[in-house]
Amino acid sequence: MVEGTVLPLTQMQSGQSGILAEILGGYGLVNRLNALGLRPGRRITKVSSMMMRGPITVRIDRTEIAIGFGLARKVMVRLE
Amino acid sequence: MKILLVGNPNVGKSVIFKRLTGVNVISSNYPGTTVGYTQGFVKIGGEKAEVVDVPGAYTLEPTNAAEAVALAMLVGGDVVINVVDSTHLERNLYLTLQLIEKHVPMMVALNMWDDTKHLGIHIDVDKLKDLLGVPVVPTVAVTGEGIKNLVENISKAASPGTLSCSRDDRWVKVGDIVVQVQLIEHRHHTWRESLADASVMPISGGIIALTVLAGAFFVIRFIGEGLIGYVFDPLFSKFWMPVVNWLSNVMGADGFLHQVVIGKLVAGEVDFVQSFGLLSSGLYVPFAMVLPYIVSFYLVLGLLEDIGYLPRLCVLMDTLMHRLGMHGYAIIPTLLGFGCNVPAVLATRILESKRERFIAATLISIAIPCAALQAMVINLAGKHGPRYVAIVYGTLLLAWIILGIILRFAVKGFTPELLIEIPPYRLPPWGAMLQKLWTRVLGFLIEAVPIILGAVLVVNLLYSSGILTALIDWTAPIITGLLGLPKEAVIGLGIGFLRKDVALGMLAPLGLSAKQTVVGSVVLAMFFPCIATFVVLFKELGVLDTLKSIALMIFSALLAGGMLNIVL
Repeated sequence: MVEGTVLPLTQMQSGQSGILAEILGGYGLVNRLNALGLRPGRRITKVSSMMMRGPITVRIDRTEIAIGFGLARKVMVRLE
Repeated sequence: MKILLVGNPNVGKSVIFKRLTGVNVISSNYPGTTVGYTQGFVKIGGEKAEVVDVPGAYTLEPTNAAEAVALAMLVGGDVVINVVDSTHLERNLYLTLQLIEKHVPMMVALNMWDDTKHLGIHIDVDKLKDLLGVPVVPTVAVTGEGIKNLVENISKAASPGTLSCSRDDRWVKVGDIVVQVQLIEHRHHTWRESLADASVMPISGGIIALTVLAGAFFVIRFIGEGLIGYVFDPLFSKFWMPVVNWLSNVMGADGFLHQVVIGKLVAGEVDFVQSFGLLSSGLYVPFAMVLPYIVSFYLVLGLLEDIGYLPRLCVLMDTLMHRLGMHGYAIIPTLLGFGCNVPAVLATRILESKRERFIAATLISIAIPCAALQAMVINLAGKHGPRYVAIVYGTLLLAWIILGIILRFAVKGFTPELLIEIPPYRLPPWGAMLQKLWTRVLGFLIEAVPIILGAVLVVNLLYSSGILTALIDWTAPIITGLLGLPKEAVIGLGIGFLRKDVALGMLAPLGLSAKQTVVGSVVLAMFFPCIATFVVLFKELGVLDTLKSIALMIFSALLAGGMLNIVL
């Protein structure tokens, strides 16, 4: 993947890192994700994804967070 | 004075609460252990103050029922102790700033302080204190370090009078503070972190999950059977049997009083399982049949909770759980249900939507057998061979899946997506873990023993009064016709409303065949929940939804029982 490409979390490979670019969601969703440390400008690493559109696990700082597939589609990341 | 312990989920509020008040609450290593209101007292300078353990919240804008409970509790607090996970300072400080804007005197406990050292995190406590304008005290709640200092600082709790601001401005402020007070050394992955990664990968995670669950199953059985075979059963047969036999002789081996106290003699002997008197079955069932499994189950559950494995299981099970109308987090209440359905139904508060809570609570009440019921199933169905125990469990699993699929389509509303923080793996704090086991075992004894003795008494009195005979004949068409059980089994099934273990104990003297035991166990498991579960269902779901849930229970219990009666 080209450096600088912006992708949703769902399309990143496990092990890939990037900078969280944008959360495509309303106030409530952004609130919840922010509270867990998912904020634009943060470095985010995709740890794994489950089969059949299962949840995606990411690491931000030392926090590991599991995000459902539908939500993960709304989290856009700029690849490093 | 009322002191509130407020903070993000899984930062150790309950552990601090235990340290402050000496009240033994359940604490674990996953977000959302505390979902209700717990209160205790602490002495500060000779004065008694009330302490409240508030459920965890990431922000003051609630996203689930537990967070709503937390927000409601904030009103009426005189002092807030904001418990902060010092290894995740930035994320925790957002709530801190929100709390400060509430203008309640507060202070900050920088908990898990010991972990900052291993992780190479340096926090300038004095500077943080200056920037926030409230007292800041490092603590290690699991060891008790810093708790004394915490108590001494409660009187210095302050409200710096910061004005409220927008979300984004607040995050900017958090960023400013963190830059000034925190320094992080770069570190490499530890083996615990590698194991953490492996347990949420599809393949290695699946293997780990199967290993953990199979291991848990075998350890629970091994310890449970060991305790029965080598401790409790020998104790009863060596020491208690002679006493009961002597008493039985004194009472003349017959008569009303003998029936109540000792029970029926089986082939001229007292039988601890079948006699059904206060001093025979009334004690043997809770202590020698159920207690051993309670101990072994909660030991293993406590270990999994404290290591931090459960949230990983949620991630792995998420896809499957969505097929049943819930998301992965519902697996935690479900697992709790294998111990007791009451805390399990309460734990559904960590789920975000009403629909999910209804589905989870209903499925738990119908298809998840509590430890007491399981102990009896293993004992009674196991006598006919392990195959029959497997049929009972298999039927319940099938019912769980089928009902889940039906409810997913039948219940209106939506299932939100999984969004959870996965805590790091931790070595269990052994002392606290044993304390938790003791709290749960004691809770079982306090709740179960009086009800079991009461049930034995009531059944014996009713039997001698003759009321039951009428009932037995009246329900015979369903019990015998549909389920193929002896008509007297209705008493046992009815008593199941009080407690499931007594109920199955009442079926024991009926001399049921293997098939009848399976049908009886399944119907008992799926039919009405016990009265304690019933009460929390009403409280959590409301009257209408509880009635719906109950209708489903009765229908599916009769359907499953009837089908087993035909198929087997």
